[in-house]
Amino acid sequence: MRIRIARHTEMAASPLHLRLLPSPPAGVNLQRRQLRSGIERKGGLSRKFPKVVCYYSLTTPPYKLDALEPYMSRRTVELHWAKHHQGYVDGLNKQLATSPLYGYTLEELIKEAYNNGNPLPEYNNAAQVWNHHFFWESMQPEGGGLPEGGVLQQIEKDFGSFTNFREEFIRSALQLLGSGWVWLVLKRNERKLSVVHTRNAISPLAFGDIPIINLDLWEHAYYLDYKDDRRTYVTNFMDHLISWHTVTLRMMRAESFVNLGEPNIPVA
Amino acid sequence: MALRTLASKKTLSFALGGAARSLAASARWVTTVTLPDLSYDFGALEPAISGEIMRLHHQKHHATYVANYNKALEQLDAAVAKGDASAVVQLQGAIKFNGGGHVNHSIFWKNLKPISEGGGEPPHGKLGWAIDEDFGSFEALVKKINAEGAALQGSGWVWLALDKEAKRLSVETTANQDPLVTKGASLVPLLGIDVWEHAYYLQYKNVRPDYLNNIWKVMNWKYAGEVYENVLA
Ligand SMILES: [Fe+2]
Ligand SMILES: [Fe+2]
Repeated sequence: MRIRIARHTEMAASPLHLRLLPSPPAGVNLQRRQLRSGIERKGGLSRKFPKVVCYYSLTTPPYKLDALEPYMSRRTVELHWAKHHQGYVDGLNKQLATSPLYGYTLEELIKEAYNNGNPLPEYNNAAQVWNHHFFWESMQPEGGGLPEGGVLQQIEKDFGSFTNFREEFIRSALQLLGSGWVWLVLKRNERKLSVVHTRNAISPLAFGDIPIINLDLWEHAYYLDYKDDRRTYVTNFMDHLISWHTVTLRMMRAESFVNLGEPNIPVA
Repeated sequence: MALRTLASKKTLSFALGGAARSLAASARWVTTVTLPDLSYDFGALEPAISGEIMRLHHQKHHATYVANYNKALEQLDAAVAKGDASAVVQLQGAIKFNGGGHVNHSIFWKNLKPISEGGGEPPHGKLGWAIDEDFGSFEALVKKINAEGAALQGSGWVWLALDKEAKRLSVETTANQDPLVTKGASLVPLLGIDVWEHAYYLQYKNVRPDYLNNIWKVMNWKYAGEVYENVLA
């Protein structure tokens, strides 16, 4: 895929603003090495900086809370954002007040706390904060339809056709047993798009893949609107809510990490 | 209550197979499971659990586990008959999830009882003594189950388990629809509480702890006590 739009500010490349403390506590790098020690876990950060109450903040969906109706009700978005998403933010900040994990961007924090598959206590909240933020921006009012030019070509290349992709996304969402997420990701090594689902809070970031779209498959995401009918929820997301505009921006960003075209060797 | 669904006890594959397959098919008659009736009305647990939740939970969620478990059993039967080992292995996930869903919900319905019929009355007799011995007090047990249920990530169950060999009670959690036995072959479920969001969302929304607090008001301790005494008898 080649998208020839200048990469600039609109990209929301690192959208979660890390509110750093005024200055990092001395020796924070040293402390990181002793991360797992219980003494450090109860560490003195909150004593040294008693006024800090928020390390990461709740981001707002880029549309009105009723803008996704009738496919996602205002009530669902309200609860999901102001209770569930907020709950993960609060939970994370509470944990970080006494945690040695310090000074990471949220993406780095997720990778660090994933701890190669032995997640630290902060992992669930950190990943869910990121997952939900990413989810809100994966949707837009009057979404759905077909992806834009370069993205469509890439999907056709990697899935055979747009219809195949759509069906695979829905199938994968239905195959996930229990709570979790379904994702369109860009596989770094294979240099191709792929559909995966993950359990609970697990983020493909931890495996080095680049998320392009996610859909929340926890029951709280659809129960008020669809009850047990996950299939209709997923189908409506795909046909009416998914933001191909966001996908285009995310693919542009991803292209700075993964070369999707033929190697472009400059002529000497 | 008059609602009876999924009456068919035998699989469709036999009925659809017709006369041509009848002999061969009858030799491999698959025994399927059915959705159990509740011994109380959907609305009988209100206000602790709403009638709408109970109806959807039983008629949609549990019914789907039953249907998908039966489907998987038929496919398993066909795969075994063909000697298709990879198909047999591939079915394990669906069998565990849907079979577990059926087992767990069947226990769950028996764990609940309307207040007017004794729901919520704390355990007496041997189970009551055992709880005091293993957890300190009944209140301590409730607190522990509530805490572990609230802390469970994603979907799953929290259990009061009896280890029939060690003769000791414990609180366990399982993910998704894993039945208690996946935590230990000697564990017998006395109580199982469904902490999937579908079990409480329409009424309690994100506040799972309130659901857990209220479910004790309709807990059928008599059933748990009977299981306890039968196992140790
Ligand atoms: Fe969610
Ligand atoms: Fe359930």
